[in-house]
Amino acid sequence: MSQQSSTIGSEVTWSAEGAAVNTADANAAGSAGAYPGASEPPHLSVRNLHVHVGGNHILKNINIDIPNKGITSFIGPSGCGKTTLLKTLNRLLDRQKGVVVKGAVLVDGVNIYDKEVEVTDMRKKMGLLSQRPFPLPMSIFDNIAYGPRIHGIKKKKQLEEIVEYYLRATHLWEEVKDRLNQSAAALSIGQQQRLCLARGLAVEPEIILGDEPTSALDPVSTQRIEELFLQLKDKYTLILVTHILRQARRLSDTIVFLYMGEIIEYGPAEDVLLHPREKLTQEYVKGFIS
Amino acid sequence: MSYKQIRLWKDRWSANLFLWLCLFFIFIVVLIGVGLLIKSAPIWKEQSIVHLIFSKEWKPFQGKFGFLAYISGSLLVTFLAVIIGLPISLMSAVYISEYAPGRVRSILLPLIDLLSGIPPIVYGVWGVLTIVPLVGQVLAPRFGAVSSGYSALTGGIVLAVMIFPLLIRILLDVFEAVPAGLKDASLSLGANQWETVKHVLLKRSAPGIIAATILALSRALGETIAVLMVCGNIAVLPRSIFDSVYPLPALIANNYGDMLSIPQYDAALMLAAFILFVLIFLCNALSRMVLNRLERRDYA
Amino acid sequence: MSHLRIATGAPGTAGPGLGSARQSNRRRRKLEAGMAKGLMLTCTGIITGSLLLILWSIVSKGLPSLSWEMITSIPGGGFYIGKGGGILNAIIGSIYISLGSVALALLVSVPVVLYINAYAQSHSVLVNFTRLVFDVLFGIPSIVYGAFGFTLMVALGLRASLWAGILTVALMVIPILTRAMDEVFKLAPPELSDATYSLGATRWETAKVLLRQSVSGIVTAILLSFGRAIGDAATVLFTAGYTDSIPTSLGQPAATLPLAIFFQLGSPIAEVRNRAYAAAVILTVIVLIISLAGKYFGKRLSRYKV
Repeated sequence: MSQQSSTIGSEVTWSAEGAAVNTADANAAGSAGAYPGASEPPHLSVRNLHVHVGGNHILKNINIDIPNKGITSFIGPSGCGKTTLLKTLNRLLDRQKGVVVKGAVLVDGVNIYDKEVEVTDMRKKMGLLSQRPFPLPMSIFDNIAYGPRIHGIKKKKQLEEIVEYYLRATHLWEEVKDRLNQSAAALSIGQQQRLCLARGLAVEPEIILGDEPTSALDPVSTQRIEELFLQLKDKYTLILVTHILRQARRLSDTIVFLYMGEIIEYGPAEDVLLHPREKLTQEYVKGFIS
Repeated sequence: MSYKQIRLWKDRWSANLFLWLCLFFIFIVVLIGVGLLIKSAPIWKEQSIVHLIFSKEWKPFQGKFGFLAYISGSLLVTFLAVIIGLPISLMSAVYISEYAPGRVRSILLPLIDLLSGIPPIVYGVWGVLTIVPLVGQVLAPRFGAVSSGYSALTGGIVLAVMIFPLLIRILLDVFEAVPAGLKDASLSLGANQWETVKHVLLKRSAPGIIAATILALSRALGETIAVLMVCGNIAVLPRSIFDSVYPLPALIANNYGDMLSIPQYDAALMLAAFILFVLIFLCNALSRMVLNRLERRDYA
Repeated sequence: MSHLRIATGAPGTAGPGLGSARQSNRRRRKLEAGMAKGLMLTCTGIITGSLLLILWSIVSKGLPSLSWEMITSIPGGGFYIGKGGGILNAIIGSIYISLGSVALALLVSVPVVLYINAYAQSHSVLVNFTRLVFDVLFGIPSIVYGAFGFTLMVALGLRASLWAGILTVALMVIPILTRAMDEVFKLAPPELSDATYSLGATRWETAKVLLRQSVSGIVTAILLSFGRAIGDAATVLFTAGYTDSIPTSLGQPAATLPLAIFFQLGSPIAEVRNRAYAAAVILTVIVLIISLAGKYFGKRLSRYKV
């Protein structure tokens, strides 16, 4: 397992054609090679995780295995810790003062909270979409090229191919191909969010984290993003935080229901949403608590 | 080295370098304090500090360095500046924060920034041109005093104008930290805007106003060139605000470098700088801590 | 009338007694509020008025003595008894010292600001303490920096020179620059660094993105510091010296505008004093231009900013 993790991040092997096919393949080759078939272990699991922020016990004894591929949604009333949980998955949380994380988050079997783990490699495996889109302060082209560039791709031609590929993948290409050198801040907010998604995909992650990624968008843009998620879920593991139950229903394969920092119930979407076992889940799904 | 190793190496080294620069600058404060203390050692080793501060005898040729006249001059000018500057700044800050419509605000704030950008020497020239005659020919005769116009009051007025922008900027920050809900609550009880200002805004901001005042006080205490140009620089204990005074910073600026042939003179001046440093350091540290806490209270 | 209904306790009235008090009070309250507002307007008028008064008195007094010769030539023979020449030496000297000190300050300030905003944990003890230290340094008067700079100069074996002036002014400017840039960096949304970190960027790479985001604010901060550096007299008084020629190396002394004003103002000769006023106009104009440029760039340079 640790062998596996070191091969994914260390050498970036890019090629012009590779850009077109790599993401799915890298993924498949990495895990399916070692563990063929249905017994494939999860990329991402959480073990006995406790998080304290400023003395408050925010997450209590979290244990989950996130299934590979497909969409996993964290749902629960506001303040239940779902965003905190998401941010512990790629260690964005512990940049803040007063955060204490106990337990383990295993990515390909390696605990990312181990001291020896190279954080940048681990983060590269996980793309992030925040609540509001935050394009980098540069042009549209540079926004996508930023990731590949910092990971060592310098050739102009290769970068151009990558940018086009991911802009197409997020259905932005036709809208922006004539103004790639303009500021990304000039795009509409829905376009910005798709740009942010493309930017994340360009570093070839295996997992995409979405922190209520449609909460700032209008219904049309929301729909486009949701369509994208459904297309991407065959290649990537998507983990979404959402407070919209209908969205979770539309998209999710797996549902994790959190309440007051604890996982109350998790499993396949139909089971949790239609036949919840726990009383709290029932009440939440019916809309009694929110 | 692989590309990734180079990246990580850059990251680590920049982190180390930046951290050391940070620590170095924290160290600079200590260095300034210690440097001034060491340079003034010849004088405080021979004469007691208490005596130096409370003696009014300043006779360098006889080795007598009593700072009382200078310290009282500094305190008087500073006091006057705050007495004049604080109420005006306070009322104006309330106006800008609570009353002024957006357009007026967007004209006033840049003007106040301009005021803070004017160099001290220009304030000094202005003081000589305008305030000195005002005090000497108009104000002093009206109060039955005789004054050259180069006086503590002149210094106080010039300094008051100099601390306007500082006071207003900090007061605006302080007012902004008062939660809008609190003001709304007062307004919805039927209080008018002025009553809301009086009972909610000003009361709630009291610690911040005090901190801002201390900060302005220390700014006034340390101002040199402008004060030096308008205060008259006569080292006697002032008996009225129309008397000339000789503030500490002016003493340093006027004599440093010229009087090094007199024994202990430079040590005495360094002691003056050290006294200023310590006073202002304490004022600043105290008020900044209060202000920082205020700001955080509502963001937390 | 509401106060007539008190006895019946009808809805909309206050408790007993308050209604009748209200009517008699209303006038007094209104009067007080009006007076307060009048007072506020007066105070705001005093403040803006003092700005205009300063500008007017400097310009009206200095403009008549301002000539092309003053800006373009160095002091000639007998300059200080009222004969021909200009203060180009002081203008150039001031620009050298300000440029040098701001450049030097940038070398220190940028890393410090990056460290506390991009490297260190937010709100950690070190960050809070560093900010406090710079707040305090910001308040230290320039005469103390001047005195300290002079001690440092003597300790390093330097003479009063351009170099010593730059070093001392840099000490004064660093807190100004650092605080101004810190304010700008604090405005950058935390999600921006979340975004770069999620792409696998290191802290150094994230810092570079933050720099880009803050470019306009940094330019404004630089101009602000430049304005302070060029206008300050007490720091250069002992350290930069004064000379009638334009310095050609860092080891030579340099004249500065504030000191040119200060020294000439002390002259008994009217022509020389008038030139001090004219020099004050020059300094004021330079500072105003810098200040306005700062505002302009603050708005302009934010092309990519999110």
